[in-house]
Amino acid sequence: MTQDLSSARKFEKINGIIEKNGKSQSALIPILQAVQTEYRYLPEEILTYIATALGIPAATVFGVATFYAQFSLEPKGKYVVRVCDGTACHVRGSMPVYDAIIKRIGLKEGKFTTSDLRFTVETVACLGACGLSPVLMVNDKVYGQMTAEAAEIIIDALLKEEGLV
Amino acid sequence: MPINGYITVDNMKVPLEGEDNLLKVVRKAGIDLPTFCYHSQLSSYGACRMCVVEVERMGIVASCSVPPTDGMVVRTNTERLRRIRKTILELLLANHDRECTTCGKSSQCKLQELSERFAVSDLRFGKGDKRYAIDHSTPAIVRDPNKCILCGDCVRMCAEVQGVGILDFMYRGSKAMVGPAFGKPLAEVDCVQCGQCTTVCPTGALMLKSYTADVWKALDDPKKTVMVQIAPAVRVALGEEFGMKPGEIVTGKIVAALRRLGFDLVFDTCFTADLTIIEEGNEFVSRLKNGGVLPQFTSCCPGWVKYVEQYHPELIPNISSCKSPQQMFGSVAKKYLAKDMNLDPKDVVVVSIMPCTAKKFEANRPEFSHDGMKDVDYVLSTRELARMIKEAGFSWDDLEIESFDVPFGLGTGAGVIFGNTGGVTEAVLRSTQALLGAKTDTPIVFNEVRGLDGIKEAVVNVEGIDISLAIANSLSAAEKLIEEVQSGKKAYHIIEVMACPGGCIGGGGQPISADPEAKAKRARGLYEADKGLMIRRSHENPYVAELYKQHLGEANSHEAHESLHTEYGHRKRILGEDIKVMVTEGKREGMVDVAVCLGTSCYLKGSYNVLHALMNKIDEMGLADRVNLHGTFCFENCHESPCVKVNGEVKGYAGTEDVAESIIKDRILPILK
Repeated sequence: MTQDLSSARKFEKINGIIEKNGKSQSALIPILQAVQTEYRYLPEEILTYIATALGIPAATVFGVATFYAQFSLEPKGKYVVRVCDGTACHVRGSMPVYDAIIKRIGLKEGKFTTSDLRFTVETVACLGACGLSPVLMVNDKVYGQMTAEAAEIIIDALLKEEGLV
Repeated sequence: MPINGYITVDNMKVPLEGEDNLLKVVRKAGIDLPTFCYHSQLSSYGACRMCVVEVERMGIVASCSVPPTDGMVVRTNTERLRRIRKTILELLLANHDRECTTCGKSSQCKLQELSERFAVSDLRFGKGDKRYAIDHSTPAIVRDPNKCILCGDCVRMCAEVQGVGILDFMYRGSKAMVGPAFGKPLAEVDCVQCGQCTTVCPTGALMLKSYTADVWKALDDPKKTVMVQIAPAVRVALGEEFGMKPGEIVTGKIVAALRRLGFDLVFDTCFTADLTIIEEGNEFVSRLKNGGVLPQFTSCCPGWVKYVEQYHPELIPNISSCKSPQQMFGSVAKKYLAKDMNLDPKDVVVVSIMPCTAKKFEANRPEFSHDGMKDVDYVLSTRELARMIKEAGFSWDDLEIESFDVPFGLGTGAGVIFGNTGGVTEAVLRSTQALLGAKTDTPIVFNEVRGLDGIKEAVVNVEGIDISLAIANSLSAAEKLIEEVQSGKKAYHIIEVMACPGGCIGGGGQPISADPEAKAKRARGLYEADKGLMIRRSHENPYVAELYKQHLGEANSHEAHESLHTEYGHRKRILGEDIKVMVTEGKREGMVDVAVCLGTSCYLKGSYNVLHALMNKIDEMGLADRVNLHGTFCFENCHESPCVKVNGEVKGYAGTEDVAESIIKDRILPILK
């Protein structure tokens, strides 16, 4: 029963974002990027609003939003864990790292975000740090030379921070 | 066209006559290069790669996307090219639902045809295991993503020709698909159901919804009297389904076929087209004399009407209140003819044969049902009628021509040309004497309104007044015309809009023709049919006069309004969630729900600023925990935009200056107290 004032602030920002980028179709991607930074994902109703403001079909906006892996149509967790599964990381054991994280967080198959919106786990094709492979990122922080055990320690630290263990 | 060079195609010398891509030149040379994604009326997309050719010093290129230059040496049928084409087909088939025998597109499917032509016999790539749900949500169009080959023809048709753009590519790579925004069903987005996508779809991914089973059932029911009406455009296209050329007039054969199928009474929509001219013409005269809203837009095209309801709510007062000829027919058949024949309207079934898919949507509009009974029960497209005839098994070639039943079987030439773009306008022009009291009859033929141009104009002087008319041929042309009128660049009295290119002859329910000239030929067919008729002006139709005498009184009378006119509403474009702006989770007593419309109409009139002002004011007054504030999309009250809804009550004309007084003080605070 708490008033979510942040949603009002967020929505106010959208208009600022649209004004700043200009109401043209070519500004769509920067607008979506900025909106995602604000909401951490792209809510459907906000995409409809952007289509209305730019005067382009909602199908076009949705097409762009679903084309790029960077955009998410579902809310992402507070901690976004990206496990690199590029060739170098893959051959040096990124999948056991990934599996260990999924197990530690308790994500069911086909789910990538925990229901309490604390964690999102995804794989990425390459983080450009192959010398440190296998690599993972938690939000903006990079962890190199991962093992399943090391990944569990990182996750445990986050769970502790959240008061979950 | 001057010749500006030559290229060599498979050792033949072919002149260049201004073609903008190599594919056109190769096809001109008589070589039928296969394509999925190329349509001359759409932009070149270069996705399917079936049209690959080998060009000396260039290698293998997609001919649809390469401009021809003088001296090019092109080969179209080499070992490598054959292998590429076959591999493409194999890859497409690997992902394709190959249940051909039960597919409605079977025998007319481009994928099937080319697989056969290139002798694809075994697939190396196995079969896809993904199944997508089929979208049956609209009464007009069925979308089956399992049959989509991602050529993008529908995407470009919808966006480029119709200017609507409800379909687009979504997702990527192996997950890529084509569909409406957010993966919603067609009925929940702003599809006008014109069906043009179904005419370019090479496979069965986009098809019209078939009602033949319902019609067979009605025909088999001895208690029912089944009346059928045929739209003008059907008579110059149905023959194509039986091997005839586009534009051949087969009216008499259609009538005979319909009787053979068991229809009790066979009528002509041209009759109610004539009725439309009288009603719509008189409506215009009354607008002109009484200072009503002008220009008056035509209302015969249901795709156009839905387009206006969604995109131009401000123009709703400009749309003629006349029902379309199809719906006028349904109305007079069930209301008057049934009575004259001592039939209970409940035992009368009205079927229409239309060139159109949007007519299926129109017949299902709630405005056109009374006491749970639809004015028009079932709408069959030209293609579905062909299917019924083939199903019945009698020989089309051996059918002896027959004529329509009276009284609604008599249409004039003016009614017949309704099927062409410009036809309604020409029909109006032919009746200016009766409508506007011109001293002498105008000519019958108005060449300036004929042809397949996007926008056409005509001016006719009647008793010293210049009446100016414009015609939009396709929805994108209509949008252009609306912009010109709204910006004050152009002014007209009457504007005719047909959603489909070419008018109804190019409708979404017509046979799919391989002949690029099909539309022009069908149009010529209708003008020929018109020429052959004795009566060519709507107001001279004796049975229309009789209908007025017996039942309707005079044009635009109260009775005519009851039976032949309707109203339009604003229509939400896309169904979806509201934007939560200030929302307290959980329900509590004494809270107020406030929603500000952010749909296009309201948005353009500054509704965001109203929302912004409301937010600030509510916060300032310390009411944030007692007011739930939303942004929403369309209350279908666009004529009063911007609109604000307070606890279920929508009120319009909300400006930022009204926020403190007429919204918060007058509407919100009383509820809170």
